[in-house]
Amino acid sequence: MDHVLTWMTFLPLLGAAVVLCLPSRRPGLIKRVALLSTLPTFALGVRLFAAFDRATTAYQYVDRTPWIASYAIDYFVGVDGVSITMVLLTALLCPLCVLASFGIDKGVKGYFALFLMLETGMLGVFVALDFFLFYVFWEVMLLPMYFLIGVWGGPRREYAAIKFFLYTFAGSVLMLVAMLVLYFGAAPHTFAIPELAGRGAVFDPRTQQLLWLALFVAFAIKIPAFPFHTWLPDAHVEAPTAISVILAGVLLKMGTYGLLRINYGILPAATLDLAFWSLAALGTFNIVYGALCALAQTDLKKLVAYSSISHMGYVMLGMAAFTPQGINGAVLQMFNHGTITALLFLLVGVIYDRAHHREIAGFGGLAGVMPVYTGVAALAFFAAMGLPGLSAFISEVLVLLGAWQRHPGLTIVAASAIVLTAGYLLWTLQRVWLGRLDERYAALPDVDARELATLLPLAAIVLALGVYPHAVLDLIGASLGHLNELVRAGAAAGVAPR
Amino acid sequence: MEQLLLPAIDWLAVLPVGLTSILGLVLLALGLFVDDDETLGWITLIGLAVTAVATACLAGQKSITFNGTFALDAYALFFDLLFLVAGIVVVLMSMTYLEGTGIPSGDYYGLLAFAIAGMIVMASATDLIVVFLGLEIMSISVYVLAGAWRTQLRSNEAAMKYFLLGAFATGFLLYGIALVYGATGAFRLDRIATAVGDTPNRTMLIAGVAMLIIAFGFKVAAVPFHMWTPDVYEGAPTTVTALMAVAVKAAGFAAFVRVFLHGFGGLHADWSMLLWVIAALTMTVGNVLALAQRNVKRMLAYSSIAHAGYILVALVASGAAGGTAALFYLLVYSFMTLGAFGVVAALGSVGEPNETLDDYAGIGFRRPLLGVTMTIFMLSLTGIPPLAGFAGKFYVFTAAIREGYYVLAVIGVLNSAISSAYYVRVLIAMYLTPGAEEHGRVARQPYLLTSIVVSAVMTVVVGVFPALWMQLARFGFLSL
Repeated sequence: MDHVLTWMTFLPLLGAAVVLCLPSRRPGLIKRVALLSTLPTFALGVRLFAAFDRATTAYQYVDRTPWIASYAIDYFVGVDGVSITMVLLTALLCPLCVLASFGIDKGVKGYFALFLMLETGMLGVFVALDFFLFYVFWEVMLLPMYFLIGVWGGPRREYAAIKFFLYTFAGSVLMLVAMLVLYFGAAPHTFAIPELAGRGAVFDPRTQQLLWLALFVAFAIKIPAFPFHTWLPDAHVEAPTAISVILAGVLLKMGTYGLLRINYGILPAATLDLAFWSLAALGTFNIVYGALCALAQTDLKKLVAYSSISHMGYVMLGMAAFTPQGINGAVLQMFNHGTITALLFLLVGVIYDRAHHREIAGFGGLAGVMPVYTGVAALAFFAAMGLPGLSAFISEVLVLLGAWQRHPGLTIVAASAIVLTAGYLLWTLQRVWLGRLDERYAALPDVDARELATLLPLAAIVLALGVYPHAVLDLIGASLGHLNELVRAGAAAGVAPR
Repeated sequence: MEQLLLPAIDWLAVLPVGLTSILGLVLLALGLFVDDDETLGWITLIGLAVTAVATACLAGQKSITFNGTFALDAYALFFDLLFLVAGIVVVLMSMTYLEGTGIPSGDYYGLLAFAIAGMIVMASATDLIVVFLGLEIMSISVYVLAGAWRTQLRSNEAAMKYFLLGAFATGFLLYGIALVYGATGAFRLDRIATAVGDTPNRTMLIAGVAMLIIAFGFKVAAVPFHMWTPDVYEGAPTTVTALMAVAVKAAGFAAFVRVFLHGFGGLHADWSMLLWVIAALTMTVGNVLALAQRNVKRMLAYSSIAHAGYILVALVASGAAGGTAALFYLLVYSFMTLGAFGVVAALGSVGEPNETLDDYAGIGFRRPLLGVTMTIFMLSLTGIPPLAGFAGKFYVFTAAIREGYYVLAVIGVLNSAISSAYYVRVLIAMYLTPGAEEHGRVARQPYLLTSIVVSAVMTVVVGVFPALWMQLARFGFLSL
């Protein structure tokens, strides 16, 4: 099929245009049309998953046409194992999020139009193979997100939205400069990421490291890595449920995806030089710091937000190992974290819709009145904890196995932090779902069919990947092996003194 | 007695300026008899449109006339069309804005036409004296326009301030021209270009060049010659402010680029250091001071200062890339700034300027069209892809990096980040701050809204498909 990635990316935008043309007084219709516009992308994603050639390291489904010829800028999209995993995650989460947003009753038209634009932006980032195009999509995403938090968010939405905007924008201007420097470093000048691969080597090691750091800051803000993480709890707490899901499920992955695609691919020598401090050590710090912060939270959503910071630390640690297990584990963890955190945020949304608050201390004994809900919640919490048989276990073990070979000390710290993770998760499970039931919540209805429809697919994936992780590992294996070799070869070629 | 030899004149080359001047005269005369503002507006609109079409038909012509002092080339045509289109948009805005202000529209539109004629002269001038002539024709018209709203105290103040400081700038320009003439013995840019290399009076020449930088710096509102800008922009009628921020600035740059990149190209090493500092200062001061503003019109004034800084970066970079980037930036800057001032004009009414951020509260929901278009303008000014402002910044910083001005490029992008804070504040006001309920009906503003929508569409189109427009800018610059 021709241009499948282009269709996948721009169909939601088309849906946004349709939504904008619908009359505002028919919110039900708008919601259904929005859901309908996310489904073709998902269906194409499933097809892609089936048809994807798992053996090759080349980019597939490539689509390339000149866009701004005088600067050699192309509309250039394609996927490899890493990006297709992220595309699938995005295509999966978006319909679920639209479904989860059916409760929105203010400015329905604007909300769904922006959401669909956001989906186009996110998919664009993952499929772009031209750095310029990547940057464009990266920025395009910023706006819908800003408005979705700022208009439909909680009480402090204004602050959260602007903080999110300023942090991301500040990061991306650094990316812009680095991008231009790389462009002029390449001969002939090009923005095409495959052609830029390893081209960072034309610069002296110091410049390479500066470029690497500029890009790293841009991506670290998105991950978010300490000390650039402070926008995340604010944004999560204020954002509506579905937007939190997208934020944690997809946007955070863009940080690590960008590192793999840009930093690893283009500046391999600097990657090897700087990975210890900026990825491995910082990642481990993130794991511990995020877990400790999560322990201290009284707001259920904030707790999940900090747990994200902690879990993304594993991705960073795994990436920095430069071993097949580590890097495969990292990307698998990206996918798993995307599904599990999405599940957690959806669960928080369910209870917030009913109780209109998220104070952990205000609940208790929900298991008695909402058994189905409790069942799904228990699954999600255990998955987040990394219980064997559930998806995150595989990825975390792979990360730790991989990291052990290179950073044993850090691995010990990271592995020990699992205790903290278990601590905050079990403690929360106990305080919210077990114990004495508050009188006020005695009549809470259990999850309805719509909510169940958003929760069950994710729960099923968490279970399935826990048993059969190869569904994802097969996708990413070839590409990551290639990338790992590239990084090691880049340094071995002696372009940078070790 | 020696006979005075008149040089042969290529009338085609002066067609644009001739037509606009005639339009101005016609309007002045008609203003005496025709009372209907709308009719006069339409006449101006048609006159400018005809001139624009005629100018566009000149594409491909290249000639130089008046004894080598006035050029018809792609560079001049690029700017002529820019001025004319900006003029058309400003007239559209004015047709709504002038209602009830008591500004005599015959005089107003006539002066507008003369101002554009002056700008066209500046863009075509290949001789310092002709630059001066164009600058004065333009400036004097705009001094009057700034004070056109006689009953408004702040309009009077703006005109007075602009005139007094502008007169100083003119003095600097003339003194600079005199010094350059003293050093090189020429007014014509091509002769200056050949003479700068081996002049015995280098100090005099450099002093002259510095004076010219001051004079042009004043016209384009570069720091530290920007002091007049906020007050004048805030006080002048909003439509005139739009004209000043866009067309006057573009005309300033048209002459600036031609004189410096063409005439003083050989001195690039000398003036680029000075311009480097001015560019960095202009961006930073403009953006930082804009952060402190609560009045949107005044904030846009500071923002226009900052954008002059970005264009100066392109000038510093120089060369084909820098020159093209400067022209392209002026193009995109024109549309987004015209649109932004259009929205400011649309929200105000006689006696109620409604210019502070508080007045913008909830506008996004009360007036969706203005909300959406203002969002486009603010984001484009911030430099968010795929809008035109991003393409402009991209080319400017690309040119700077290509020529090795890394530090300046970094200062530029950091400034972009700073600027996002105050542009986004407008969006916050429009969408996130609860606003008062609409009191009374909104006046119908068909012309004004047309101008805003046109600007918004251009901002998006140029942003998504920059290649064609970039080609035009390149073509224009390379014809120098």
